[in-house]
Amino acid sequence: MGRRILIAEDEPNIVTSLEFLMRKCEYEVCVARDGEEALEQIEAFRPHLVLLDVMLPRKSVFEVCRRVREDPRCEAIRIVMLSARGRDKEIAKGLALGADAYVTKPFSTRDLVAKVRELLPESV
Amino acid sequence: MLQGWVIAVTSFAYLGLLFAIAYYADKRADAGRSVIASPYIYSLSLAVYATAWTFYGSVGRAASDGVGFLPIYIGPTLMIALWWVVMRKILRISKENRITSLADFIAARYGKSALIGGAVTVIAVIGILPYISLQLKAVSNGFLILTQYPEIVMPAKFGAVPLMQDTALWVALILALFTIAFGTRHLDAAEHHEGMVAAIAFESLVKLLAFLAVGVYVTFVVYDGFGDVFERAAASPALAPILTPLEGVAGSYSSWVWLTILSMLAIMFLPRQFQVAVIENKDERHLSKAIWLFPLYMLAINAFVLPIAIGGRLQFPLGIVDADTYVLTIPMAGREELLALLVFIGGLSAATGMVIVETIALSTMVCNDLVMPVLLRMKSLRLTERPDLTGLLLGIRRGAIVLLLLLGYLYFRLAGEAYALVSIGLISFAAVAQFAPAALGGIFWKGGTRRGALAGLVAGFLVWSYALLLPALARSGWLPIGLLERGPWDIELLKPLALFGLQGLDQITHAMIWSMVANVGAYVAVSLAGSPSAEETRQASLFVDVFRRSGDAGGARFWRGKASAPDLRNLLVRFVGAEAADGAFAAYARARGLAWPREPLPADAGLVHHVETQLAGTIGAASARIMVAAVVKEEALSLEEVRTILGEASQVVMYSLQLEQKSRELEAATAGLRAANERLKDLDRLKDDFLSTVTHELRTPLTSIRAFTEILNQEPDIGVAQRQRFLGIVTKETERLTRLINQVLDLAKIESGRADWHESRVDMREVVADAASAMGQVFQERGIRVELKLPERVRAVSADLDRMTQVMQNLLSNAVKFCSPGDGHVEIELCEQAGWLRVDVRDNGPGVAPRDREVIFDKFHQVGDTLTEKPQGTGLGLPISRHIVEHHGGRIWVQAGAPGAHGSAGACFSFTLPLLRDAALEEAA
Repeated sequence: MGRRILIAEDEPNIVTSLEFLMRKCEYEVCVARDGEEALEQIEAFRPHLVLLDVMLPRKSVFEVCRRVREDPRCEAIRIVMLSARGRDKEIAKGLALGADAYVTKPFSTRDLVAKVRELLPESV
Repeated sequence: MLQGWVIAVTSFAYLGLLFAIAYYADKRADAGRSVIASPYIYSLSLAVYATAWTFYGSVGRAASDGVGFLPIYIGPTLMIALWWVVMRKILRISKENRITSLADFIAARYGKSALIGGAVTVIAVIGILPYISLQLKAVSNGFLILTQYPEIVMPAKFGAVPLMQDTALWVALILALFTIAFGTRHLDAAEHHEGMVAAIAFESLVKLLAFLAVGVYVTFVVYDGFGDVFERAAASPALAPILTPLEGVAGSYSSWVWLTILSMLAIMFLPRQFQVAVIENKDERHLSKAIWLFPLYMLAINAFVLPIAIGGRLQFPLGIVDADTYVLTIPMAGREELLALLVFIGGLSAATGMVIVETIALSTMVCNDLVMPVLLRMKSLRLTERPDLTGLLLGIRRGAIVLLLLLGYLYFRLAGEAYALVSIGLISFAAVAQFAPAALGGIFWKGGTRRGALAGLVAGFLVWSYALLLPALARSGWLPIGLLERGPWDIELLKPLALFGLQGLDQITHAMIWSMVANVGAYVAVSLAGSPSAEETRQASLFVDVFRRSGDAGGARFWRGKASAPDLRNLLVRFVGAEAADGAFAAYARARGLAWPREPLPADAGLVHHVETQLAGTIGAASARIMVAAVVKEEALSLEEVRTILGEASQVVMYSLQLEQKSRELEAATAGLRAANERLKDLDRLKDDFLSTVTHELRTPLTSIRAFTEILNQEPDIGVAQRQRFLGIVTKETERLTRLINQVLDLAKIESGRADWHESRVDMREVVADAASAMGQVFQERGIRVELKLPERVRAVSADLDRMTQVMQNLLSNAVKFCSPGDGHVEIELCEQAGWLRVDVRDNGPGVAPRDREVIFDKFHQVGDTLTEKPQGTGLGLPISRHIVEHHGGRIWVQAGAPGAHGSAGACFSFTLPLLRDAALEEAA
């Protein structure tokens, strides 16, 4: 069965690359350009995993994480945070917000794909 | 009810109460818990200034002169405002030199001269006698009038009463005994009389309450308030003149001025005022409260003087009742027995307070500065060898008190009848004013010498005697009255009341002018003519520079000689007793870390000086010097040596001033450094923020570049079209990266001031047109309509052409970015405005919210808001533009533009540049 991935990111070119990589792995992909849209898509698209940029416009990543983690129906959703800020403090903060993984930009495509695969085992 | 014995018993009961208060205060002082260490008690004790003269005499004066009684209270009020300068210095000097009296103070200043101390004492005694007699007169008159109740009869002429039946004599003797009991029960090492001060403060309250009681009675019971009293006075032709100020007093203006000056000096130099203000002072900080409390007291005790005076004049026909007795006779006429008795007690308070303090102060002076120096010099008495002198000292003082009161009584018998209370008091004021030049000159002028001070004192006193004392005796019939009318030997110029033809002044003003001329003249002239001795030079320096040197080191530096510690101790024992002497030695040893008496004390200059100051506290500076000289072998210092020591001292003072200066500078520098450090920390934070933002901005394009290169590298089977697209993205992101780096570097360069500016005459029309055409391609691609509104010609500006182009490009690309998509419209307008060239760039995009209009010009203005908003562009275009415009002296801002086609607000970015001033001229030429 197909796994669904939501890409929440506002840099169009990064979205393009992520979209390409995820499709390549045969995931079903949906894109959100800001925090608000991300929340809507989580509701509508019901992704298994979200690639979440920490600096989305209109809704803070904090808010998005909180809403996802509070909702019992979303319990299984995996969150991978993408951030241009890679200091330990920020990583810890992201993980504390409920992220399953934290990836700093620029990222290695191979590592990112591996991380996503690890969080979404084929046989469930 | 008011029989003689009732009054007498009440009076004695009152005196007993005073004694009890004094006893209690003394006990508390012995236990180390002083009751008088309070600014309020200190201020109340200063009110010993208000005597029977104030209590009875002010009304008497006011009944004839109206407000003429006031200068006596205005003077102290003015003077006390200067106390922070003058009195604080006197206090400091007196404490450091253990001064015991006014005479001691002046004598110590002029080389501890016994002669000066003696002169001051003699002048004070003779000068104060009339004042003491005034108190006796007031009390005995009050008693005699009160015993006649309910009749109001003025006492008989004094000469007519046999000596032994004269109430005044008995008053004098009782007060003498009472004062002895008060002030000379034991010998205090520092002449402190805590009990006396407490009693005086209490008396000040009693006399104030009594006076206010009569005032309220007259004003509100007999009459119907202040308005009523003054209306009646104004209505009476006899009384109307006393309501006009300065009427009726001979030479009225000069009289006011001189009386004010006179009382300004009196509040400082009356022996009793010096006693309570200086000798009994516990803490110089009490001054700051006294400065307003004492004037308040003066105001309170004077508030009802005029109503009482007017009431008396209205009530009693002139000539029958002495106006000096109105305070007492008005309640008597109203049959208010208790009030009359209270008034008598109030008057008694005023009189006893004055007599007690004055005679204690004078007896100290007589003993320390007159009798002891003489006795100590009489070798035949062998006084210096007697084991215990405390008994002798107390005996002299007690004798002096009795003598002073008897002399006061004598003056009362001799001259008391001829004058009203106020006039008697003023004679004493004029006498003590003679101390002012020597005392005030002594603390502010180092040039004053012993001879000068003596000359001034003697000259002033002689003039005073001739112009004030002699007329008083003549008027009373003890000298031929012709002396006043025609002058001695019929020489007009020497008439005591019109010396050298000075006429038209009242007696006091006349005497003050001549005595001050003589006193100040002699003091200054003789001081300048001679030169001071070594001893005088050192004392002058100790007094004048008291605030510049620290306590103990002062006197000791000036001594050189041989002494023995046991001799010094024996000397001290003889005057202050073994207990106090050992205490003083132990304190001295402790201060030097020695375990006396186990370890011997070195009999050096410090010890000799210590003993001398201890001794001075008991017998005065002049006598102490004689005593110490008797037991030590002193080598006199030459004037030259004293000058050297003083020179060294002032160098030390200078060094310490420099040190203080340096430490102040250091503090300032530290504060500066701290501020700079804070600023650096702020800048550091800003730099961190900036770096972190820049890093973030750099990572974003890098992310795309890396992702796509990896994809292209790892996926060999991507279609050509997609490959082309990905490569295009990589190229674009690389360009973005380059632009960002360039702008960051550019901004850094501008901000640090290292940018190169190539200014020239620039026509902004060309700049705008060029920028617009350079962007033409972009506009066309996005379908944006561009409109240029350029005038025919504009004046030139001085600017960097490339930088101005950069600003225009920034603004235009902003406009492109935010333009309403599809039907974008950008308008560029150029115009001149009062010396400025203005450029507007309008778009029809969403506009900028008012709260953001300032921050968008900050670097990466989204720094604080990173979680909610995504930066557009590099975030550096506007900050750079602002730097450029401001560098050219212009201003850049944003406001709402013309509303767009679809209701969008639109933004209008504007900037101004100053027009070249001579541009118009040049073009015209």
